[in-house]
Amino acid sequence: MVSITHLSKSYRRGDQVVPVLRDITLSIPEGDFIALMGPSGSGKSTLLNLIAGIDKPDSGELLVHGEDITRLAEADLADWRASNVGFIFQFYNLMPVLDAFENVELPLLLTSLSRRERRVRVETALSLVGLSDRMEHYPNELSGGQQQRVAIARALITDPAIIVADEPTGDLDRKSAEEILGLLRRLNTEMGKTIIMVTHDGHAVESARHVTHLEKGELMLDPGSSPQPRRPG
Amino acid sequence: MYYLKLIFKNIFRHRLRSLLTIVGLVVAILAFGLLQTVVNAWYAGADMASANRLVTRNATSLVFSLPAYYRERIKAIDGVTAVAISNWFGGVYKDQTFQNFFATFAVDHDVFFDLYPEFRVKPDELLAFKKDQRGCMVGRLIADQHGFKVGDVIPMTSPIYGGGTWEFTVRGIYEPKDETTVTRQLYFHWDYLNEQMKKRFPKRAESAGVFIVQIADGSRAAEISQAIDKEFRNSLAETLTETEKAFSLGFVAQTEAIVTAVKIVSFVVIVIIFAVVANTMAMTARERLAEYATLKALGFAPLFVAMLIFGESVLISALGGAAGILLTFPVAAGFKSAMGTMFPVFYVTGQTVALQVVASVAVGVLAGILPSIRAANVRIVEGLRYAG
Repeated sequence: MVSITHLSKSYRRGDQVVPVLRDITLSIPEGDFIALMGPSGSGKSTLLNLIAGIDKPDSGELLVHGEDITRLAEADLADWRASNVGFIFQFYNLMPVLDAFENVELPLLLTSLSRRERRVRVETALSLVGLSDRMEHYPNELSGGQQQRVAIARALITDPAIIVADEPTGDLDRKSAEEILGLLRRLNTEMGKTIIMVTHDGHAVESARHVTHLEKGELMLDPGSSPQPRRPG
Repeated sequence: MYYLKLIFKNIFRHRLRSLLTIVGLVVAILAFGLLQTVVNAWYAGADMASANRLVTRNATSLVFSLPAYYRERIKAIDGVTAVAISNWFGGVYKDQTFQNFFATFAVDHDVFFDLYPEFRVKPDELLAFKKDQRGCMVGRLIADQHGFKVGDVIPMTSPIYGGGTWEFTVRGIYEPKDETTVTRQLYFHWDYLNEQMKKRFPKRAESAGVFIVQIADGSRAAEISQAIDKEFRNSLAETLTETEKAFSLGFVAQTEAIVTAVKIVSFVVIVIIFAVVANTMAMTARERLAEYATLKALGFAPLFVAMLIFGESVLISALGGAAGILLTFPVAAGFKSAMGTMFPVFYVTGQTVALQVVASVAVGVLAGILPSIRAANVRIVEGLRYAG
């Protein structure tokens, strides 16, 4: 599903070029749940951003369902993200002026669905994350765990193939984190979503099927090999 | 619809900040409208001037008079249809305070009101005025201000003509044709003034301050003006003839510096509020970079993100501008009433409202441009760093 070949990315800091990812080659099969781990500055979030199509590499190939997304123009990439990727952020990134229903509905505004169809989908998604009774609540009226559940509902509302999660439990207490990880596992096992998660949390890693380590921008695996199994599929 | 909803919700996110910005806009647009109205009021006399009226005065200066017999010679010039003498009397009613000031003129009673169709006069009152040498006609504005009624006697003194107290009997009250007509004047018989001058100061008799010249064709104003002045060239009192508008603007020109200052201040107010709104929008955009980045990550186009902040800027300006424009009318009315007869014509014109609308929209559009470009161009990865 995701095939990464010789991917490199660097940032410019003044006159200096700082390499962040060096010659990454990795493949993630459909329906996988992979955890990207590594110390700060190892490039795991950068790799996640590249896979999600919100950043562009300097070189290399990144195929998703056979399509090289590094070659897409900005507008096409935005369309691609809208229909293929669901985002879960560490700080939820909900719109504070929209209630839970409206936040989840947001990605559907880019589709041709009718208002009625959108409503049905949003109610289903919110019920899936256990927030049917919180639809009219604003983010500041919800706990961190509840906000992240709204974010998960928003991530899956367009039925994307990939869900990227950047430290999804980083801002949560243990109990809420466990609930979120449980939800992610369900999305993976019951709905077949491919989940790519960046985390520092050793406990969160246990939810993933595979784990990949990055250090100083390099994969800690042999090139072309599959990520290390973590959990039976 | 959703887009508008989002803009509305965003506006009231920081209620106090938005409210203060809107209040600032209301005050600025109101001040702009009022100052523009003051400027317009300054030009009111010139604005009511007719293209078919010329004013002939002494070429040396307005303070020097002209022989009254020029009237017949001017009347004989081709294109001239009527001529009336008009002498500034400088009458003082009660005292020399501003509140009691109104203009007083000695005019040719037989023809004067024929030359000024914008003064609506009742035929019976005009007849009574013409018959009574001590009669006068007062404008609606001063009649209302001082409670003058037909039959009242108005005692006045004149620092220019002296002679103690002059008494004029109100024979009629003329009405304005519309809101642009100034009715802050009292007119009485030039014949009466002339007779008094003959008795008291014979050397000042048979003199005219200016001649109001009516012409049939306004497009011939320049040609007829030249003909009149040519008629009196090399005489003891040469004339200067100009259109009534030019004559009135000559008075305005004496205070041009003040009018220019008022105009500049009115635009400075708009520039200041532009800076305030631009700062508000820049702050707003900076605070929401993570949200804009999230929207872009979800697949929303940069234009959508730009329009969010741009629309918010325009809507805030529209709300403030609309309230400012609506408030201009009652505040202008209160201002007019507080200023008494200083501004006999003081009303908010359609042009002023149009300028207020343009100023409001311009502030909203200009203040929103840079923040919306910034929001649209935010790199998703950069913007997401502002989250949390």
